Parts: sequence; C-alpha cells; structure tokens
Amino acid sequence: MSVEATRVPAGRAAREPDPTAEELEGQKTARRAKRNTTIGWWVLTVIVAVWCLFPVASILATSFKVPGDLSNGQFLPTTPSTVNYEEILVGDSRQLFLTALWNSIGISVIATAIAVVLATLCAYAIARLDFPGKKVVLTVSLMVSMFPVISLVTPLFNMWRTLGLYDTWPGLIIPYLSLTLPISIWTLTAFFQQIPWELEQAAQVDGATPLQAFRKAIVPLALPGVFTTAIIAFFIAWNDFVYGISLTSTEAARPVPAALAFFTGASQFESPTGAISAAAIIVTIPVVLLVMLFQKQIVAGLTSGAVKG
Amino acid sequence: MASITLNNIVKKYDDGFPAVNNVSLDIADGEFVILVGPSGCGKSTLLRMIVGLEDITSGELQIDGTRMNEAAPKDRNLAMVFQNYALYPHLTVYENIAFPLRLAKSKSGDSTGGANGGSNGGSRGRSLGGAGGGSVDDRVRKAAEMLELTEHLERKPANLSGGQRQRVAMGRAIVRQADAFLFDEPLSNLDAKLRGQMRSEIAQLQRRLGVTSVYVTHDQTEAMTLGDRVAVLKKGELQQVASPRELYEQPVNLFVAGFIGSPSMNFLPATLKASAEGTGGAGGAGGSGGAVLSSPIGDIPISAEKAAVAKGHELLMIGLRPEFFEDAQLVDEAKKGKGAVFTAELSHLEWLGHEQYGYIEFEPDEKVRRLLADLAAEMDADELRPQVVTTLSAESRVRPGQPTDLWVDTSRIHIFDPETGENLTRDAEAGAELTRMAAEEREREIEVAAAKDG
Repeated sequence: MSVEATRVPAGRAAREPDPTAEELEGQKTARRAKRNTTIGWWVLTVIVAVWCLFPVASILATSFKVPGDLSNGQFLPTTPSTVNYEEILVGDSRQLFLTALWNSIGISVIATAIAVVLATLCAYAIARLDFPGKKVVLTVSLMVSMFPVISLVTPLFNMWRTLGLYDTWPGLIIPYLSLTLPISIWTLTAFFQQIPWELEQAAQVDGATPLQAFRKAIVPLALPGVFTTAIIAFFIAWNDFVYGISLTSTEAARPVPAALAFFTGASQFESPTGAISAAAIIVTIPVVLLVMLFQKQIVAGLTSGAVKG
Repeated sequence: MASITLNNIVKKYDDGFPAVNNVSLDIADGEFVILVGPSGCGKSTLLRMIVGLEDITSGELQIDGTRMNEAAPKDRNLAMVFQNYALYPHLTVYENIAFPLRLAKSKSGDSTGGANGGSNGGSRGRSLGGAGGGSVDDRVRKAAEMLELTEHLERKPANLSGGQRQRVAMGRAIVRQADAFLFDEPLSNLDAKLRGQMRSEIAQLQRRLGVTSVYVTHDQTEAMTLGDRVAVLKKGELQQVASPRELYEQPVNLFVAGFIGSPSMNFLPATLKASAEGTGGAGGAGGSGGAVLSSPIGDIPISAEKAAVAKGHELLMIGLRPEFFEDAQLVDEAKKGKGAVFTAELSHLEWLGHEQYGYIEFEPDEKVRRLLADLAAEMDADELRPQVVTTLSAESRVRPGQPTDLWVDTSRIHIFDPETGENLTRDAEAGAELTRMAAEEREREIEVAAAKDG
C-alpha cells in the first residue's frame, strides 16, 4: 500500500481525492466542539467549587475574627486572633463544646459500626443469595431513608421519654441507625454485586476451605466497599442536627451540631458567632481528614482486572 | 495423574429440570477430553460437578477409582481454569500463581504431599523438576518461565493483556500437582488470533505434562484440534463420545453430524426409489443394486448396502458434507465412478482463495422445513436455510445463476432416520477403529513429549 502510494502519487490523488473543504470544516468543528466541552467542564467545576467552598472559607475567616470584627462586613479578619478557639477549647464554653464533641464522636462511631455490620450481613445476603422478598428489603430501606426526619421526631420524643431513652446515647444511636442503615445497605449491595464471586470458587478449587476462600479472596476486595460505606455512614451521623437537638436536653448526649445552638457570647448582648464558627471548623476537620486519608480506598477500583475487562 | 469416571451422573435443579441427564464417561489417565455442545447443554454444569462446585444429584463420580461425590473441592486436588480467569485482583501475578501453594503450605500437615504424593512423584516430576521438593519460589518461577510470564511476575492482573491473564490462570493450575486440569471455555474471551495461539499452547502443555484434562467449549475448532476424545452433549444428554475423526466420519445421529464440521453437513430430504434406467444426470454411478435416493437436488444413486438400510422408511434425511461435492469438470475419471454427477444452479458463490463455497437453494415441503427448524434450534444455530453448501476447488470457474454440472461423492453419503435422528449408515466398527487409533496416537505423543523434555 505504502509502496504503491509513493510510486504513483498522482494515481493515489486521483483515486483518493484530498479532503474537501467541507470535510476540513467538519474536522475543525469537531475539534472546536471538543475544546468547548473541556472549557465548559472547567467552568462548571470552578462554579461548583466556589459555590461549595465559599461558605467554608467564610466560616474559617469568621472563626479568626475578634468579637469587634464580627459585624464589620469584611471577609477577612482585620486582626486575626485565636480568641474563639481559646474560648471553646479552654475558655468558658469548654465544658459545653468538649462534652458535645465526645458525645458526637461516641454516638457517630457506635452508630456507624452497628450500621456497617448489619448492612454488610444484609447486603451479602442480597447480593449472594436468592430468596423471596429481596426486592422488598431494598425498597423498604429506600423508603425509610426517604421518610422526612422531622415527621418522626415528635413521636420519637414521646416514646423515648416513656422508655427512658430520652437524652441518652442509645436514644440517638437508634434513630441514627434509621439514617445510616438504608444508605449502607444500598451502597454495600451495589458494591458486593460487583465483586467477582467466582474468585471464591477459584480459591476453593485451589485448595482453600470455604472460610479461607472468603478471607483470602473476597475480604480484600470487599474491604474498600465497607470502608467507603463506613465513612459515608459516619458523615450522616456526624452531620445530624434534627435528632440531636430534639432528643437531648442536657450535656449527657447532646452532639456538637446541636450544642452549637447553645453557645452564648461573653455577654448577653454579644453574639457567639465567632465561637460557633470556630466549633464548626473543628467539627469539619475529622470529615476532611477522613476523606483525605481514605480517598484511595474510596476511589480504589480494586475489582477491575479480576475478570475480563 | 488420575482417571476420572462418571457413572450415570444426573444434575437436577430445584425445579426438576435435569441440566445433566444420566451421563457416563470414562476419562483415562492423561487423556484430553472435550465436552462440547450448544449453550445450555449442561457441559459447564458437568465440569463443575467434577470439580465439586455443583452437587451431584445422583450417580457416582470417581477419581482414580475413589468415590468423590461428597468431597469438598479442595480435597479433590483438581485444577481449574475459569472462563473469566478468576484471578485475584489484589495479588500480583507471582502471588496469584503461588496462591494454591501457600494454601497447601498453611495446612499444617502436607496433605498434598502425603495423600497424592505417590501418584505425583513419577511422571509429573519430570516436567516441573521434581516438584515435590522445590520451594514455592522455585515452582512459581518454573511455571512462569514455562508460560513466558517471568517479566510480569510483579504486576497486578489489571495491568495485563487478555492473553497474559489467561496464562496466569494456567500458571495457577500447573504450579500444583493437580490430578487433572479442568478448563471452562478458557479461550472464549480472547480475540481470534490469540485464541489460535493459546489453543496450540494448551495442547502442547497438556502433552508435556501428560495430565488428564477435561475441557469445555462450544467452539468446535477447539474441540476437534485439542481433544483425544470429544463428548458431544445435547440438552444434558451425552450423544456420542469419540475421537474427532470418528465424530466427523461416523456421527451417531443427525445432531452430532450437524454440530461437528464447518460449514456444517447439508441435510436433504429424500425418498428411496428403485432406479429406472437412466434416471437423473447420474454418470455411470456405482449402484449395482440400482437404487436411487430422490432428493430436491436430483436423484442420487446409492449402493445396495445403503439401499438396504434405507428400506422401509418413507422419508429419509440424507447428509452430505460440503466437501463431498466438486465441480464435475475437475474430477478425475478414476474418482468419478465413486459418485454421481447432477446438474444444479448455484445461487451464489464465495471464493476464499484456497477453496470456494457454492450455494444451491432448494424448496422443501412443510414437514421437512419443520424438521430443519427443529434441528437448527437444537444446535443453537440460526435458522437452517434450505440450501446446500458445496466446497469446490478454488480453480473451478463455475458461475452462479447458470446450470452447472456438479459431482457428488455418493459412497460417503450418510442416511438418517428423520424421526429418531439415528444414522442408518453408521459403521460402528470403522468408527471404533478411528478412536482406537487416536488413543494410540496419544500414547505416542506423550512419549515423544517426555523424551523431548529428557
């Protein structure tokens, strides 16, 4: 082909005419369209990033303002100070904030752990076994997560008071499970369904007991999914406000988001905005850390390459 | 190494559907047996029952004479290559291959060494270098070398090409001294070129290791080229087990005849007639009995023996392989006598360089059309078109759309009973002879491979 082309260029030209102006125009348009798409994505990304991060930046800036700066209408503090952080970590609000932080961590971790364990079992069954009512389980859990939290709060309040669960850790862990379980079941089911379960059989043929096969072939693949689910569940529990504020009355169980509402300024006439901002920043830190630490696991496409792909 | 014996194996699912029905098969030590059939014929189920991933509903599975029905997969000491390779994605190639060895090691006693050591020691030792004694590292490297994977040992499966993944899966199988290899359509995920290459690699490897192998495929090229014997299954029932040659030349029924061979055998409806003198275009024809089969493409004279088996059947199905046909002008005079010449019009022609396919269309009646449709459905093929495919010499200058003289080798014609599908002209004796020859061939090849490896 190439030999022929070099030997008789004229003949080639006759048979394969140069691209017409129309074709060239078409190619140009296609390239331009592609470039436009790329630019479009960038613009969109920037808009979304600004939209999401501006409030965070604003809170961050506010948290470093001295009380006098709070209402001066400027974005940046005129004299950056850590007075707000001192206030909540070592100052007057210390008691309120640190106990709330402890409550938040404890309740969220326990709720996450229970949710992940239960959801793992449930998702495993849904992904692996064939039983009647599979769809029902999934649908019901979806419905539960759709149910508006605010409509549950009042009945729960009354029930918890009667049962003695009001203002206790279990009193929050249980409703948090209703938030974290459905999403955990859904993510884990989706994840487990992608695992090449044939590996388990391959391992058994290779000489593993069923338990070994599960531990050596399946668990390493399932762990990233469980991790991801745990992190998502933790965030949901961590960020809850409605249950936190309605089902607690003292520091015995009040989580941070609810506790923020009880901050007071130095005097009655001073707004606690600075302290609230500082607390919000501190509460955000674990979330950011978690995402950064486990980003790899979250994104890990560990299963790719296991089967033909 | 081991022989595998299946006695009346049945697999029934909960709904009572028998996926595998009463299959009995003896697989000799070192033999390469292919299970072939259209999709849904139960071939994979059968393989998974052998390896222990499916329960056996009834019947008995023996490995080396020991009943294995209840043994867990890990206790059967078989190696399997899965269709999608089933590599462990979190492990490197090295660790993937070493996986079975590490498992064996972690078992406190060395059950592999103890229980199967006796049979392993001898012949397999030669190929994997006294494998029993080698360390995990030695054995993995040896296997990797054999499969040309040495430079990929540290990579993850996700970064390998399809062919390399396939090799890793093979490596995991050969690294241990399994009693038999089981392959579940191992090449179906590869592209055509790679498939051919891996096919010959598998064949050579099997001979070098001399290990009993069972190979499931729906690809008849793989079946014909790899197998010492091929078991053809249809809807869970064993149709015929024989060497590829016997399957091709002495098929037991319509299904096997149609399934084996590409392009597949032509089936034509025919009725037996006593020959009136000078019927058809038959040029001299060898029919001393003077019987002819009247078919849509003309009257075909047949020998007295064939006429005898055909007698008593109102409608017959005759089977003619495409290569039974030839352009009449290109047939030697000496050979011409074995067949008959008829005139037909080719509807179209495909010239492939080394040969060409000529197509003759015919108009079947309703009953025949239904028979052909049933047959097509059984073979998992598209609709069987009422046409005859002929393989003609590439030199032939026949043109479609014109009456053409074609010669057909009538001595090799197959006659089937359309009701039962049975091949009335099958010569069981000749068939058995072909399979016997194949078995001898295998013994010799293994010896040659052994000699080569020193």
